Amino acid sequence: MRAVDAAARPAIGRGFRLQWEPAQEAHVLLYPEGMVKLNQSAAAILTRCDGVRTVADIVADLERTYTAAGLTPDVCAFITLALGRTWLELLP
Amino acid sequence: MLAQAAAQDPGTGRGRPGPPLWLLLELTYRCPLHCVFCYNPTDFGSVGRELATGEWLRVLEEARALGSVQLGLSGGEPLVRDDLETIVAAAHRLGFYTNLITSGVGLTETRLQALAEAGLDHIQLSFQDSTRRMNDFLSSTRTFELKSRVAALIKKYRYPMVLNVVLHRLNIDHVEEILGMAERMGAEYVELANTQYYGWAWRNREQLLPSRAQLRRAEEVTARFRERVGSRMRIFFVVPDYFETRPKPCMSGLGQVFLSIAPDGVALPCQAARMLPGLTFPSVREASVRSIWYESPAFNRYRGDGWMKEPCRSCPERGRDFGGCRCQAYLLTGDPANTDPVCELSPHHHLVTEAVDRAERRGTPLAAEQPLVFRDHRAGEDSRA
Repeated sequence: MRAVDAAARPAIGRGFRLQWEPAQEAHVLLYPEGMVKLNQSAAAILTRCDGVRTVADIVADLERTYTAAGLTPDVCAFITLALGRTWLELLP
Repeated sequence: MLAQAAAQDPGTGRGRPGPPLWLLLELTYRCPLHCVFCYNPTDFGSVGRELATGEWLRVLEEARALGSVQLGLSGGEPLVRDDLETIVAAAHRLGFYTNLITSGVGLTETRLQALAEAGLDHIQLSFQDSTRRMNDFLSSTRTFELKSRVAALIKKYRYPMVLNVVLHRLNIDHVEEILGMAERMGAEYVELANTQYYGWAWRNREQLLPSRAQLRRAEEVTARFRERVGSRMRIFFVVPDYFETRPKPCMSGLGQVFLSIAPDGVALPCQAARMLPGLTFPSVREASVRSIWYESPAFNRYRGDGWMKEPCRSCPERGRDFGGCRCQAYLLTGDPANTDPVCELSPHHHLVTEAVDRAERRGTPLAAEQPLVFRDHRAGEDSRA
């Protein structure tokens, strides 16, 4: 699988919707006749995938928010997985 | 397909259940088709007055407040209701993910545009077969070309093309043609769902159950097709449970994640559950969705595992398949608390294997000695083909 370009701009895939569900106390990703309940780190990444921010922006934002460093490999791995499942798509 | 959600509750549903994540509104039992495999009740013609628009909107609000998030709009044919757009708009505003499950009959461009503007998320279009002759025969209508036009419209409005084809003895040998049709239409998802034997399909079971050889061929064809098209088209092949040795975890357990509201407002833990004896399912006309889901005896009846009989009661797998399907246990054995006879551990398993054996011995499809009964509101002998 190809590595994600740091300049790529991921967005939630067509047909998917990300929203907070109070009853489940979690973010969920909704798609035709299905749902994925997201854990906190998945939600933290996906809520930042707005088609405007680049992967580098997202990593920087997460590192700032969680006062962490070296998140690039984890974030890229998750984005790659999410692209594979079409939860995300890359905007040109 | 709420597998992920259901997987979070590995127990057998003891204690307070979670919210009804999946809400299905069967807006009407009216339908222009007369499919021989329909799971609607065979006496649907005598079901009471349909809920009015305002009543459906109240159901949406109450269910959403409980945590319902996936909404199925089905029937019958939901497009028969001229307030479908109003219902979709309200559901969208409330935060539901809205799925329209339709035969396509009645889906004009005007209505599709209005539904898209109302926020409809997803459309699942059903086909009965790949050819006009079989599609029209199996639904007892002339709808094939209309459906093809609707499929093109769905693409035009940039919805993913999701086709559902119910498989059975009379069309399972056409799987290659069905998949070819789906590919030509640009389908992204194809669900090849083998018939489940409830309602009209139960009545026609002997004619609809495929042979093992038919099933094997269909699976082989599907596997080859998958290999060729790759991720361009995702194909789900739902094996008929009569050929399994363990039952399906029906509805992830009754009353766990799924709530269905029948056209007359009766709340059900599964679309087919109205048939279960000894239960009075409450109506949303008389009770709130919250009290129905959490407090009604009918919804609590098959929660947990206290109701189970042997071999389920002491089975280590009871938390995985919940004893299978209550409706199937009732239809086949007369007691809904029995183990689903699909399970090879059930003392009634022979009822399933005998039906499969009979299917095995039957001759050419369509040379049936018993006539097929097409779904019809008159539901009587006069509706036989």
